[in-house]
Amino acid sequence: MTYQHNTLSHLELEAPEKPFLDSNELVINMGPQHPATHGVLRVILRLDGEKVLGLECVIGYLHRGVEKIGEHRTYTMFNPYVDRMDYVAAVSNGLGYCETVEKLLNVEAPPRAQHIRVILAELNRIASHQLWLGTHALDIGAITPLFYTFRDREEILKIYEKYCGARLTTHAFRIGGLQYETYNGFEKDVKNFLTFFRPKIDEYEELLTTNRIWVERTKDVGTISAEDCIALGVTGPVLRASGVKWDLRKAQPYANYKNFDFDIPTGHNGDTYDRYLVRMAEMRQSVRIVEQALDALPEGPIIAKVPKVMKPAAGEVYHSIEAPKGELGYFIVSDGSTQPYRVRVRPPSFVNLQALDVMCRGELVADVIAVIGTLDIVLGEVDR
Amino acid sequence: MGQIIQYIESYLKTKDLTPGAAGNMFWALVYILLIFGGLSVAVIAMNWLERKILAHMQVRLGPMRVGPHGLLQPIADAIKLLLKEDIMPTEADRFVFWTAPLIVVMAAFTVFIVVPFGPTHAVTDMNIGVLFMLGVSSLSVLGVVMAGWASNSHYPLIGALRSSAQMVSYEVAMGLAVVAAVLMTSLNAEGTGTLSMIGIVQAQQAQGIWFIFKFFPLGAIAFFIFAVSMVAETNRAPFDLAEAESELTAGFHTEYSGFRWSLFFLAEYSAMIAVSSIAVTLWLGGWLRPFPNLLSGPTWDLVFSLFPGITFLLLAAMCFFNAARMPKHPMFRIQTIGLAGFGMVLGLIGLVLLLPAVRVRVQDIFWFAAKVAGFMYLYIWYRGTFPRYRFDQLMHIGWKVLLPLGLAVLILTASVALLQQRLWHP
Repeated sequence: MTYQHNTLSHLELEAPEKPFLDSNELVINMGPQHPATHGVLRVILRLDGEKVLGLECVIGYLHRGVEKIGEHRTYTMFNPYVDRMDYVAAVSNGLGYCETVEKLLNVEAPPRAQHIRVILAELNRIASHQLWLGTHALDIGAITPLFYTFRDREEILKIYEKYCGARLTTHAFRIGGLQYETYNGFEKDVKNFLTFFRPKIDEYEELLTTNRIWVERTKDVGTISAEDCIALGVTGPVLRASGVKWDLRKAQPYANYKNFDFDIPTGHNGDTYDRYLVRMAEMRQSVRIVEQALDALPEGPIIAKVPKVMKPAAGEVYHSIEAPKGELGYFIVSDGSTQPYRVRVRPPSFVNLQALDVMCRGELVADVIAVIGTLDIVLGEVDR
Repeated sequence: MGQIIQYIESYLKTKDLTPGAAGNMFWALVYILLIFGGLSVAVIAMNWLERKILAHMQVRLGPMRVGPHGLLQPIADAIKLLLKEDIMPTEADRFVFWTAPLIVVMAAFTVFIVVPFGPTHAVTDMNIGVLFMLGVSSLSVLGVVMAGWASNSHYPLIGALRSSAQMVSYEVAMGLAVVAAVLMTSLNAEGTGTLSMIGIVQAQQAQGIWFIFKFFPLGAIAFFIFAVSMVAETNRAPFDLAEAESELTAGFHTEYSGFRWSLFFLAEYSAMIAVSSIAVTLWLGGWLRPFPNLLSGPTWDLVFSLFPGITFLLLAAMCFFNAARMPKHPMFRIQTIGLAGFGMVLGLIGLVLLLPAVRVRVQDIFWFAAKVAGFMYLYIWYRGTFPRYRFDQLMHIGWKVLLPLGLAVLILTASVALLQQRLWHP
């Protein structure tokens, strides 16, 4: 399937043959400075009254050249940089990178390290979804859930801070395993968090799930079919809400997800409400996974034998993980030196953002905001 | 000087007339100034209360730094706004841009001429009071549209269009609900209804029932329609599409800043108070104290007349309690003293309100203000709870839900009233 985008290039906008006083179309620049574009996304909206005729995303305002930086850093030195892409899910970024380099080096992290990785990554999924929920609800006009989610996200950040000293860009993992053993009371902290957090999900749901206005604002808004999702490469909760049971944790298990028992929540309609429900269910599943990982936490070393100076054999590798926002893939080409020849990141936000136009056509301006929120993009990752 | 004394004497003699109706221009002016001052204080208080209450709903503290518990925050904000650079977009239509906030403020303040804070506590009593209020308050749409148009920018334009469509369509449902209430005033021996704000409250007094309970549930439904449309009318959450922050940055006042912006702010809050006072007057018995039938008699009258003073004394006690709870650090000395001083002022006001001569005249105002304050709390509560409606859904509710409901209530009220008159008073 191909998509015919009616793109509005800048030239087209300023075309002189535009009819004088065209009362049908209104072109609005939403962003880059806008409260609801989640950072510095610029959306050029073409409107007929309030109806969206088409839109185009202009990205790159947060471009820092992360991929290029990777070519000038050793494998170990590049590790902290990936945390800066999706900064609300830094742990997942690190997990993806470390696993990719491990695949390139042909080493495997010891089981204890893998368990702790899963625990931290799933906590990060919860934290990322919490931030999504808060900002999404804020975009739709419910200002209170934001503060609830931030209050509870704080508990996760505290665990990170105790574990590795950083809260946001954690650099929690090392190539081959972990640098730090868990601190005294780590398991207790995580257990306490889980018991604290379970009723909190119900609290969020109480505010929104059956709220008439919330349902009206999200049901049948920004609908996207499973075929469109697959054609556009959309992954993550957006794809699952359209009814495709595709989760890399089950489809091509990495870390040691195959040892854990969890479900893949899916939706049917592929609308904003289903995506909301899917993410809420995912938080519950993450709690389940963390619980199992904690119960089965093995003893043993936390880092495999990796050389101090990493010189992977020449070759290339692609590895992807299920980040909170979708498939996060790393493609690394090695020329046998200490630095990667090329690092390419497949960021879920960037790919998912493509679907914005398809989802917003024919909807109203207010829905564009809801759809940007439901896509759960992080501009740091879109622009890299 | 002699003239003024004469004015005062003439006012004190006429006890059952408003200054406007008595033709006493001096007292009318005094009332206007009092109402203007009182409203400004109310808006300032509302600003602080909204931030505090919203903050506590959202598990945070709200303003805490400027003054004890942030009590001086609104004043600090006002000073900041007044000192800000006055920005006018180059492409703006200067004259319209300049007049728009004035119209909005004027509309919001003028309506208070007819608001009855008590049987004599109104600037004047018009025989078309309700119409006047609805008419003048809907003038603010004009200001909003002008602001959106004059800014010469996309977001304000969309905001203004949304706002005008919204205000116009909700006014219809609102009007129907008002007519239902006005109809109820005509249920007396003579069968004469009234549009006068004071007359409506007096009709409720005479019939011995607040109109919200009249012909249950008809009065309650009409009240509900009004309560929903008034939120939409004032552009507040969940109907705040015109200034939807996440969609239109700030809606029609995106390009406004500093003093001009603060005029819009002032107008928004005084409009909220204005529509709330219409609701209180029409359905909740205006200045009448609660339970006049159940708890009647001179003893209960005395007890209820003590309420204003006691409320202020309780607020003072709260201030003292919190002053005592302040950290005992030298840094908090000034704050502690300030809070205690605030409590002293409140306590003094409370004591004054307990004086027999004062409390008789003031209790009407107190009950009116208390009922309006209830509505103000609801406004804040809505904002903390509800997501925002989308434009088409808003229109759907206005035209397809509230309007038919309003018509049905109006027809049913009329039929029931007619039946009642024919069957019980043939």
